[in-house]
Amino acid sequence: MIGAGIVLKSETVPIQTSGDVVLVRQRVRACAVEHRFTIVEQTKIVTAASELARNTLEHGLGGSVDLEVLKDGGRLGIRLRFQDRGPGIANIALALTDGYSSGKGLGLGLGGSKRLVHEFEIESSPSAGATVTVVRWK
Amino acid sequence: MTSLLASLQENRDAILKDWTQQLRTTLQRRDLLNVGELESQAAEMLAAILQVGPATKLEEFGAPAWRPVKDLVASLSASRAALGFTPSETALFVLSLKPAIFTQIRGKWGNDGDRLFSEISAADGFLDKLALHTTDSYIHGRDQLIARQQEDMLELSTPVVTLWDGIVALPLIGTLDSARTQVVMESLLQAIVQTSSRYAIIDITGVPTVDTLVAQHLLKTITAARLMGAECILSGIRPQIAQTIVHLGINLQDIVTKAKLADAFRMALEASGRKVVRAERSAPADSAQRAL
Amino acid sequence: MERIPILRIGTYLLVTIQVDMHDQLALTLQTDLTDRIAEVGARGVLIDISALEIVDSYIGRTLANIASMARVLDAATVVVGMQPAVAITLVELGMTLPGIHTAMDVDSGMQFLRRSVRDAEDPDDWRRNSTEE
Repeated sequence: MIGAGIVLKSETVPIQTSGDVVLVRQRVRACAVEHRFTIVEQTKIVTAASELARNTLEHGLGGSVDLEVLKDGGRLGIRLRFQDRGPGIANIALALTDGYSSGKGLGLGLGGSKRLVHEFEIESSPSAGATVTVVRWK
Repeated sequence: MTSLLASLQENRDAILKDWTQQLRTTLQRRDLLNVGELESQAAEMLAAILQVGPATKLEEFGAPAWRPVKDLVASLSASRAALGFTPSETALFVLSLKPAIFTQIRGKWGNDGDRLFSEISAADGFLDKLALHTTDSYIHGRDQLIARQQEDMLELSTPVVTLWDGIVALPLIGTLDSARTQVVMESLLQAIVQTSSRYAIIDITGVPTVDTLVAQHLLKTITAARLMGAECILSGIRPQIAQTIVHLGINLQDIVTKAKLADAFRMALEASGRKVVRAERSAPADSAQRAL
Repeated sequence: MERIPILRIGTYLLVTIQVDMHDQLALTLQTDLTDRIAEVGARGVLIDISALEIVDSYIGRTLANIASMARVLDAATVVVGMQPAVAITLVELGMTLPGIHTAMDVDSGMQFLRRSVRDAEDPDDWRRNSTEE
C-alpha cells in the first residue's frame, strides 16, 4: 500500500448516505486541523475526500473510508483508504481521464482528486469492488 | 559476578574525576563554554548513564532504558550546535569518557584477559554509538535550522505590495521553482483578500526564464484570483520569455498582459474608474495669465 | 426539510451559504432559486460563499447550473467571497467555473448586478449585451 511510515492514529467512517459524505469531510478536516496542516493543505485533502467519498457512494454502492495519520521520519501525512462494494473499475486509465464520467457528475472526481494529493492508488476487482488510497503529506 | 555498570556505579566519583581531568586537558573552545559548566554537564551525563539500572546492557543501545541518556545527549548537542561548536568537538565530549572507564575496567579485571577484552569492547562500542548519536543530533539540529531559514527566505522573496487602494502588485525576482511558485500563489491570493483588491499585477521583469511548469502555475494563480473576483495583469514579459511561451505552446490567450509594470498599473487605475493626468505645474502663473 | 434561506431585496435575490452542504441540500437550493427567480421576476442573484470551507465538483457544478438557469430566466448571477484556499483547490481540481461572474464581496457583487441590469435595460445597448455572454 502507498504511504510509508508508521500509523499514529486510525479511524473508520462508513459511507452509506449523502450525509455521510459531509461527515467524512468533517472528520478529515478535524484530523488535518489537529495535525496543523495549512489552510490550503486542509482544503485540498478535504476536497479530495469529498470527491472520493461521493464516488464510493455513487459508483461503489457505499462502503467506508479508513482515515490514518502517518509519520514517516520527520514528515506527517494523512492516508485515506476508500473501499466500496461496487462492480469495480473496468478501465482505470479511462476513469482517471478528466471529463470521463460513468455517472451524472462532471468526471472530475478521480482525476481531480489525484491532483489534490501526493500519492494515489486504485485497486479494483469485479468481485471485491474498488479501493482508492490517497496520501497527502504535510 | 558483578556487571560493568554496577562496578562503574561503585566508582562513579573516581570516574567523574578522571573524566573531568580529561575534559580539562582536551577542552577546546574555552571561549564558548567554561570549565564549571562543562563539569556539571559531565556529572549530569554520567549520572544519566549509571541510572539505567542493572538489568540494562551496554550492548543494547536500542533498549528503551537508554532513551533518557540519548535525549540528554541530543539536547547537549543541540545547545552546542547553537553555541558554535563543530560536530567533532561535540562528539569528543562523549569520547573523552573512554579513558576513565577503561581505567576502571583494567583495575577490576586486569588479571582476566578474556573478561577485560569483552568489557572494554562493550564499553567502547557503547561510547562510540553515543558519540555518533551526538553527531546525528547535531546534524538534525542544523537541518531544522536550514529548513526554517528556507521558509523564511521563501516568505521574504515574495513581497506583495499595495500600489493603490484596491490594486496590489507582486514583483517576482529570480528563478521560480515549483515550491516557490506555490508560496507566491498563496501569498498573492491572501493579500488580495486582505486588501480586498480587485486588481493584482504580477510583474516578471526579474524572472530569467519561464518553463511550462512555471507558466502553468502562473495561469493557475490567475484563474484562482478570478474565482475570487479579482483580475490579474501580467507585466514585464521579456522578449525571450515571449518567444519561449509561444514555442512551448502555452496559451496566455485569456490573460491580460502588458509590457511594463507602469502600463499595467495605468490599466488597473483606469479599469477601476481613475484617470492619470498631468497636474498643471505653475498654477499661480497660470491663473495670472487667465486674469490678463 | 432543511433549506438554505433566500432573501429578496428589490429585484435581487441574495443567498448566503453558511453550512457544509450535502448534495441534496445543494440540489434543493438550485430548485428553490430557479423557482424564486421566476416567481418574483428577479433580475439578479447574489450567492455569498465566503463561509464555505470547501467547494467540490458537485457544489461547483450546482453553482454553474444556477448561473445557467438564471441566465435563461433573464437574471444575472454573481458568486462572491470565495476563499483563497478554496479557489486554489478548485483550480487544481480542474474546475474554473467559466460561465460564472465572481466578485470579492457582497458590495462589489451588488455593483456588478446593478450594472448588468442597467446595461440590459438600456435600449441602445441590448444587442451588445445579448451577445456578450
